[in-house]
Amino acid sequence: MNTAVTIAGVTLKNPVMTASGTFGSGMEYQDFVDLNALGAVVTKGVANVPWEGNPTPRVTEVYGGMLNAIGLQNPGIDLFMQRDIPFLESKDTQIIVNVCGHTIEEYVEVVERLNDSPVAMMEINVSCPNVKVGAIAFGQNTKALTEITKEIKAHAKKPIIMKLSPNVTDITEMAKAAEAAGADAISLINTLTGMKIDIQRKKFVLANRTGGMSGPAIKPIAVRMVYQCAQAVKIPIIGMGGISNAEDAIEFMLAGASAVAIGAANFINPYATVETIRGIEAYMKQQHIDDINELIGAVHE
Amino acid sequence: MTQKRKTNVTITKTKQLATGVYEMILQTPQAKEAGAGQFVALYTKDRSRLLPRPISICGIDPEQETLRLVYRVAGAGTGEFSTYREGDTVAMLGILGNGYPLDQARGKQALILGGGIGIPPILGLAQALKGENVTAILGYRDRELFLKDDFDQVCQTYVATEDGSVGTKGNVLDAVRMLEEKGELNPDIIFSCGPLPMLKAIKKYAEERGIPAYLSLEERMACGVGACLGCVCKTTHKDEHSQVNNARVCTEGPVFLASDVMI
Repeated sequence: MNTAVTIAGVTLKNPVMTASGTFGSGMEYQDFVDLNALGAVVTKGVANVPWEGNPTPRVTEVYGGMLNAIGLQNPGIDLFMQRDIPFLESKDTQIIVNVCGHTIEEYVEVVERLNDSPVAMMEINVSCPNVKVGAIAFGQNTKALTEITKEIKAHAKKPIIMKLSPNVTDITEMAKAAEAAGADAISLINTLTGMKIDIQRKKFVLANRTGGMSGPAIKPIAVRMVYQCAQAVKIPIIGMGGISNAEDAIEFMLAGASAVAIGAANFINPYATVETIRGIEAYMKQQHIDDINELIGAVHE
Repeated sequence: MTQKRKTNVTITKTKQLATGVYEMILQTPQAKEAGAGQFVALYTKDRSRLLPRPISICGIDPEQETLRLVYRVAGAGTGEFSTYREGDTVAMLGILGNGYPLDQARGKQALILGGGIGIPPILGLAQALKGENVTAILGYRDRELFLKDDFDQVCQTYVATEDGSVGTKGNVLDAVRMLEEKGELNPDIIFSCGPLPMLKAIKKYAEERGIPAYLSLEERMACGVGACLGCVCKTTHKDEHSQVNNARVCTEGPVFLASDVMI
């Protein structure tokens, strides 16, 4: 039985990765998960310098999911190269670093620092809804997305994944723009912008007022968007958005995802990644599927 | 280092202690690994409410392998917990957080201050410090003095109530000042847990006296294990892990030295 998938020349032992921002660099989940079992660890976004992030409250629960407005707090690329990269290098899993910035120059600086590291791919975060400058500003119109993708591709020595925002009118336009600008893969969806109001205190629950929604409640939207993008582009798609278990992961693959990422579900079930891997194998056995690649985009009529 | 786990644990006892305040005893071998001031997070059975609820540990019995939790119903999640009965199971994530540094209290006059639902975690502390020179001051709303009897068994205990029905009228700091004036209190170190205004007042008081104060902070959490960076507090120095002036309440905390945090 083959569970390996290949994205932009990078082979993952299985299609299950972690969604950026929900797993740190894996250290915090070592008590629960054998990181060697994962297809890839996608790190929390890292910038050229440390970012403080947003004021608290940064997280709140909503029906079937949660809102977060962390604001990309991160320790900066210097400490990340010293601490997080060597840690992940000691594990038998692919390393995908999520990169964030306020300006194209800041993204490029991080990309260049990672070029000669053991990182397999870089995921470019142009879709975080919780920062005012940069990030999502590049992910909500095709012109800006094209420009940043081209510039990063011109400097990157590793395959580039552009992480797309669902907070657009037509995500296939963004997928096509990323592909045309040279992206090696796309990942979707980032969180959906949401809001929660405390009716007793008559105040916004999150200090940032809005936050990105994740969790099982957003899954049907994510499946639809993965499907639409799979029809629109030829580059591989990493699907995410509300995946909690093997059934969810398989649904994304049938919709066209070559790999999947587990995000908020880690908070609900810290064993979600490894349980999903086992569940996919059980499904393949039960369905007599020898190669997991048979599942990718199998539902399209 | 102990290993964090998510497990289903059996509830061996439940009891209502006061209006909106409940007790739950959990059977778990992880009781052997727990310390005063640490916490666990409990999951509801309602699949629309997904995030675990952080609840401080009130008491630890390593021999019986039980943890005692005392919590206030703050919403639908804790409301569900309050309906559980002996023999039910609950999914628990733990053991989480750093806990109080007990060694700092040895040989000193320790003052432990708890306000409202901040009282349960400092009971575990008072029990762990039994035999040391410890004074506890507990702040309640009214005459519903939950856990007061447990404190009486292990240390000198005073009470302040908002409505003045028992003890000093006012908050725990009012009681502290009153005891100081009477010459009955001269602390070297403070351990506390309670609402933010109380912790702010304790931080100020400790600074004035020039003594260390350990505060247990509360913040909205998602993962509980240090990954999501949801529950940070502002720190006076650059935090080693984050490289900014933010520390994770779930991991570097919940107990912080007052002079290390900006609250």
